[in-house]
Amino acid sequence: MNDSQAVAAIAVMTVITAALRIFPFLIFRGGRTPAVVTYLGRVLPYSIMGMLVVYCLRDTNIHQPGSYVPYIISCAVVVLSYIWKRNSLLSIVGGTACYMILVQAVF
Amino acid sequence: MKKFMTVKEAVKCTLPVLAGYLVLGAGFGLIMNANGYGIWWALSMSIFIYAGSMQYAGAGMMAGGASLISVALTTLMVNARHLFYGISMTDKYRGSGIAKPYLMFSLTDETYSIVCQGEKSSSFYLAVSLLDQLYWIAGTAIGSLLGDHLPFSTEGMDFALTALFITVFTDQWLGSKRHFPAVSGVTLSLLCLIIFGKDNFLIPSMLSITAALLISGFAGGEVKRDE
Repeated sequence: MNDSQAVAAIAVMTVITAALRIFPFLIFRGGRTPAVVTYLGRVLPYSIMGMLVVYCLRDTNIHQPGSYVPYIISCAVVVLSYIWKRNSLLSIVGGTACYMILVQAVF
Repeated sequence: MKKFMTVKEAVKCTLPVLAGYLVLGAGFGLIMNANGYGIWWALSMSIFIYAGSMQYAGAGMMAGGASLISVALTTLMVNARHLFYGISMTDKYRGSGIAKPYLMFSLTDETYSIVCQGEKSSSFYLAVSLLDQLYWIAGTAIGSLLGDHLPFSTEGMDFALTALFITVFTDQWLGSKRHFPAVSGVTLSLLCLIIFGKDNFLIPSMLSITAALLISGFAGGEVKRDE
């Protein structure tokens, strides 16, 4: 891509990304949010976090244990430490340290 | 004093994002650099597009000379999940005044995972959103400038973002009696990942999750006609 094509590509990505983020706010900007949207707004966060956890998993390969074993162990560390201490920062630091050690030194 | 406390709380809540964004932002700067696009290219993408996975995909497409149509379609596919965030934040961001355009623009996965928890003030939402983008821009600059000269290996540090999502997920799970939304989110996404593959599973996941939630909501009488 030459420079002007690259600028155009960046503009396209910018406009579409911003449009996707702003669109729902524009449709439901009236005085009252429809009951269905209020309901979805209440339950969606639970589903979305589940979807994002799966989204983080997308690059693992079932045929390469090295790509998912560190991941599963570290996820377990995060969940169990969180249930135990209810401290998100502690769980995130602990889980990340565990993952880094596993991918750098073990697998 | 109140403002200071809000910023302090926002810094504390966004520390995991700081770790993840510095690493992923630096990774993006590195790739751009390797593809022959210098710091200003990388920075403008992190300022204007501000969407992690799309910027990685975009860097590849720019280097590979993809057509604008395929850039547009890829952006739609990769970022369609952001439609979800808007739907669940319409009520919370109502009344956020002049901050609202920026709050909408900057609603990334990670910012969403923080602002979707509980009811907070608009200034807290704004502080979180600004800090997160600042981290992302800082990471991008570091990666662009350093090239391959990082003093230690950061391999695996991006797990901080996965860990952030998992703690939010666990926290929501522990704080809720009904697990249908969480379970359907995980199982339907997994199913779609297996069926459609990693590049195409987000949109089918979103559609099936919305359908499942609507069916359960109407069947269980949770959607009130006059709420």
